[in-house]
Amino acid sequence: MSPASLGAFVAFVRGHRAEMFALLAQHVVLVAAATAIAVLIGVPLGIFAAKRPRLAAPAMAIAGIVQTIPSLAMFGFLLPVPLIGGVGARAALVVLILYGLLPIVRTTIAGLRGIDPAIREAGVAMGMTPRELLQLVELPLALPSIVAGIRVAAVVGVGSATIAAAIGAGGLGEYIYRGLSMVDTTVILAGAVPAAILALTVDGALLWIERQLSARRRSRSRQVALAAAAAMAAIVLATSVASARLGGRRGAVVVGSKNFTEQLVLGELLAQAIERRGIVVERRLNLGGTLICDRALVSGDIDVYVEYTGTALTAVFHQPIATDPSTVFTAVRDLYARTGRTLLPPLGFNNTFAILVRGADARSLALRSIDDAARESPRWRAGFGYEFVERPDGYTGLAKAYGLRFPNPPRVMDLTLSYRALAAGQVDMIAGDATAGLIKGLDLVQLEDTRHYFPPYDAAAVARAELLLRRPEVREALERLNGRISAADMRAMNYAADVEHRDIAAIARDFLATF
Amino acid sequence: MPDPAIEFRSVSYSRPLRPRVLDRFSLTVETGDVVALVGRSGAGKSTLLKLINRLLEPDEGAVVVEGRDTRAWHPIQLRRRVGYVLQDVGLFPHMSIGANVAVVPQLERWPRERVAARVDELLELVGLPAQQFAARWPDELSGGQRQRVGVARALACDPPVLLMDEPFGALDPLTRAELHGEFRRIQGRVRKTVIIVTHDMGEAFALADRVGVIDEGQLAAFDTPARVSASTDPRVRRLLDALPQVPRS
Repeated sequence: MSPASLGAFVAFVRGHRAEMFALLAQHVVLVAAATAIAVLIGVPLGIFAAKRPRLAAPAMAIAGIVQTIPSLAMFGFLLPVPLIGGVGARAALVVLILYGLLPIVRTTIAGLRGIDPAIREAGVAMGMTPRELLQLVELPLALPSIVAGIRVAAVVGVGSATIAAAIGAGGLGEYIYRGLSMVDTTVILAGAVPAAILALTVDGALLWIERQLSARRRSRSRQVALAAAAAMAAIVLATSVASARLGGRRGAVVVGSKNFTEQLVLGELLAQAIERRGIVVERRLNLGGTLICDRALVSGDIDVYVEYTGTALTAVFHQPIATDPSTVFTAVRDLYARTGRTLLPPLGFNNTFAILVRGADARSLALRSIDDAARESPRWRAGFGYEFVERPDGYTGLAKAYGLRFPNPPRVMDLTLSYRALAAGQVDMIAGDATAGLIKGLDLVQLEDTRHYFPPYDAAAVARAELLLRRPEVREALERLNGRISAADMRAMNYAADVEHRDIAAIARDFLATF
Repeated sequence: MPDPAIEFRSVSYSRPLRPRVLDRFSLTVETGDVVALVGRSGAGKSTLLKLINRLLEPDEGAVVVEGRDTRAWHPIQLRRRVGYVLQDVGLFPHMSIGANVAVVPQLERWPRERVAARVDELLELVGLPAQQFAARWPDELSGGQRQRVGVARALACDPPVLLMDEPFGALDPLTRAELHGEFRRIQGRVRKTVIIVTHDMGEAFALADRVGVIDEGQLAAFDTPARVSASTDPRVRRLLDALPQVPRS
């Protein structure tokens, strides 16, 4: 880290102390609760399996397979599952428990199997019941091994919990995702550094306990175990009390957003507009992509977020592309209405896909439209976000409509990173958002869609109909934003966030103050 | 005449896929006797002891303890009436010496003061003063000291029967001779029915009122040490002849 970026990091930490503590607390509660539950399930499971070798092998195999599922994929699998799935801390807890089980079960089995048979036989011969044998002999002797498993589970948990921010579980991962979407290293570090410190602390503390337990002076083992349990309980209690105060307000309107800058700004705008009416709001911003937000709205995990009409038509409802803005809006509004959701009037700007090239290229090659780019495409490399490559209104149709012929398949990369990749010359053409602040910040030029390939992407809030009926004041608050955000406004706000690194809440507050 | 302490009635026992360990084996041990059972390694000596405290059950025949078939005893109750000193002691490494001796009384839910008093008394009995040894750990003791703790632990709840499996096997000859003396002193005070299994005929003669010789899963001889040493049975002679000759001057 250079001195300048270190300074920026320190300044960020100073300015966000309260928020950072809240996220850290969420993180600790999530990991501690998941680890505690994994212990409560895993240790009995390990005891059970240790005595039944036939059962132990398949159980370990299943646990091993679970462990190899990447955590982001695991969160994805759980999204549609009732009760334990969806978005938020509950689903994250389930995933973290699943990850924690394997090391705990494995070390419990290993600890019990490693006991000298003569010692076990001595216990039996002295007339211990199986239960007494377990309590007095087997568990105390297996304890150091079990604690080693708990240590692995907790440290892995600290890491996995950062990914849980993708489904709105909060925690330090929130900074990492926010930083990635803003391409801001300082914010990424604000999440990554405390998470790393937390992991090292947990590792060190549990390692100390483990050493105490396996040390020669075993007399203290019981006291050490009790002290550790008490300390853990105290941490969970303290942090959950703290986070209960910070969040978990009943009757709050839950505002969601996808995981890029504009969505964070829009989420903040909705939230503050509602708060101005004195209504309590809970923010679940940064929720991954379109489908996660849609599922969250269906399940009631969030009440409202901003969607784009073209995206809703194709990605949510799988309808063919249409090009007339009002036709698309009406179609989408009807489709939402049928599924118990209300599409509010457009906010005022159209965030269509923007085919972007470097300003220097545009000037030297006299590029104005996508047709001009098609001419150059055999000498170019393209880079697109995951979504653009997959979507029906994405790359494949675009290439057909304009006759784009790249020598290599486009590089697939994170959407926000693709702006930097273009500016740095790693690729020559990308598909960005028309309202992206980085277009201005990085001297990029948007090529004209002369053939009207892209459908309209008018931004509009979509909310659960039930909420709007029950609480008309929420609808009134949201409707104050109708038609009030122009493309220039949006680009300016994105620029303020992405390039000037201004605080998003402050940007939204300043904008609402102009009403 | 009271029931004998322990009876084997034509007991057969075999492990899966192995030759028979015991073949219609019979033996009667009277209350208060010290019986040593001698045989070569693998002759089934440890099996005999495990049949008494029902760690194993006979395939045929019956093992009777205090007039009752072991299969009619509740195994936990039976084991708490039969003290057991193991081949490799089997002290619990995570417990202090005092705690090791206190295990069975605590299982029996004795009040705390009574347990403490009993531990002191037993450690005193085996020559390891509690003040000095109770708080120490098994891995801080010599082999001979650990063996004494094993005996104290087995005697904790004053069981009428004491089983000892090669109790002095792993000790140097001097320590062993010392412990033999200790054993006779302790037995003189506690008067248990004791069954010792050993592969060492000399040890059997030094400790026992009666010596049994096990061969091919059966009892080849069972008598006083003097009569056994005079035996002409070749199965007994083989073991006797293995004893080192002490040169006479």
